Amino acid sequence: MKAMRVFFLSVMGLSCAFALGCGGGSSSSANSSTPPPNTITTTGTNVAAIAVNGGPLGNYSDAAFISVTVCTPGTTTCQTVPNILVDTGSSGLRIISSLLTVSLPQQKASDGNPVAECLQFLGSYTWGPVQTADVQISGEKASSVPIQVLSDNTAGFATPTSCSDPSGTLESSADTVALLGAYGILGVGTYAQDCGIATAPVCQASYNVYYECPSTGCIPTNQQLAQQVTNPVALFATDNNGVIVELPSVAAGGQASATGSLVFGIGTQSNNALGSATVYSIDYTTGNFSTTFNSATDESFLDTGSNGYYFQDNSLAQCTDAQGFYCPTTPVNLTATNQGTAYQGTPTGSGTVNFTIGNADTLFSAGNALSELGGTVVTDGSSPANYFDWGLPFFFGRNVYVAIQGATAPGGTTPYWAY
Amino acid sequence: MNRRRACCLKWIVPAAAIALIGMAEARPAEASLGGDVGSIQADQVKLQGTRQTTPKAAYTVHEIQAASGTVVREYLAADGKVFAVTFRGPFLPDMRQILGNYFEQYSTARQAQVAQNPNARRARRPVVVDEPGLNVQIGGHPRSFGGRAYVPGMLPAGVQLEEIQ
Repeated sequence: MKAMRVFFLSVMGLSCAFALGCGGGSSSSANSSTPPPNTITTTGTNVAAIAVNGGPLGNYSDAAFISVTVCTPGTTTCQTVPNILVDTGSSGLRIISSLLTVSLPQQKASDGNPVAECLQFLGSYTWGPVQTADVQISGEKASSVPIQVLSDNTAGFATPTSCSDPSGTLESSADTVALLGAYGILGVGTYAQDCGIATAPVCQASYNVYYECPSTGCIPTNQQLAQQVTNPVALFATDNNGVIVELPSVAAGGQASATGSLVFGIGTQSNNALGSATVYSIDYTTGNFSTTFNSATDESFLDTGSNGYYFQDNSLAQCTDAQGFYCPTTPVNLTATNQGTAYQGTPTGSGTVNFTIGNADTLFSAGNALSELGGTVVTDGSSPANYFDWGLPFFFGRNVYVAIQGATAPGGTTPYWAY
Repeated sequence: MNRRRACCLKWIVPAAAIALIGMAEARPAEASLGGDVGSIQADQVKLQGTRQTTPKAAYTVHEIQAASGTVVREYLAADGKVFAVTFRGPFLPDMRQILGNYFEQYSTARQAQVAQNPNARRARRPVVVDEPGLNVQIGGHPRSFGGRAYVPGMLPAGVQLEEIQ
């Protein structure tokens, strides 16, 4: 089986030398390169269950959900919040205010004013005060984690226009279950904090990310690294260098749901070894590596928080119903090549990815675990908006390692992805 | 080989990447996309940035390095109007500022998209607003955003979209 795959890849490489559109495009023999099934770890104090099940609204396709326990710091007064979106594309825990029953202390600036945050996502933003919680997931615990409590315009925290304007409208906040499609977001991406890094730790007021909120209204403020909303994994006592997202393969035409695991730590326990996974280095200034598809190379990223493959292929028919998604009449097999990048140092990792795009209108009626869901990123050729976004479908059938910047992990310099 | 990679180092180290003729007009103004050169100055103030200009055959590129690290480029046609704006960097620029008088059209289109899809399945994905009089695209994730906005009817003759980076 393995020999067959090596042979197939060699033939692909040869034919590439003579073909236009090398590194991307249709492939007519997808079955011969199907990888062996991944093994999903289900036991261990560092293992939490995740489910691709539509979430609290029942219709959020290709999103993975987890339960997170938050506690009043230093106490056993805790609350378990289900339906938290697992997001490898961001860092830090965010929970919708109205769902929190446990009392969490408000973070205050040095002058005593309460601190709030505005974090821009793609097409929406989250707004709300920064509070402190002890966070527990499976057997892992992190103490005094700054988290964001999502709330629009609650007393003392009116949303400033410098937060709402970049995304377009007040309506594009994601601070309600109806708009977020989740009870919160668990950002387990490649950064420990959500704004600074060790070499540029302060989140400057000019970024319009952190605000202090005197009674006259919230104004941008500088925020030190340790006070920024933090990926809880980085604050675990052990298993704190990253995570592994483990999801099974799903039926080609989609299925109702799928369950898998979020495993904490890389190479720290007997159940989270790096094994033979290929390590892809990441440019730590952007959180991206790169992908070559249809002869074009773009910055790219592995993001469970994106609910599809989002990339540009003008040859794929677009949907009439599910606007912005691809709707080929029959599934189309495609190939792209991922390459590690590095801001400084030598990039590592390169490999091809075979994937399939199906008809989104049909897929959405099949359930919420859709391995062939794809959509467009731009309306025309080369654009600064053009990233290759490997969303949740990429994670089906793979164990994907996410190593946190600055942490020590086997296989190479962090941050990296490995699969 | 890796054109976007080469491109991105340029965003991070703009001063070393392109030959530029630096200048800074000090005229106040109102808007950006669809606005005049003064509107670019207003954007520069808002973005707390430094600005450099690069003349091309059919237009001039005004590149603003925002304090946040995000680079905003405004494309000024020979008729004195901004016909396109692009950005790339760790934070979104203020879209109301850079879209100027086109912000309301963008905002209305975004609200219509949200209304059309009350379920969440479209919420966290690239932004594409494609209307006859306005095209806006935004991609990326927290710490890395890229985008382009232009008015199709204002593109100078002979200018290809691929130039608008």
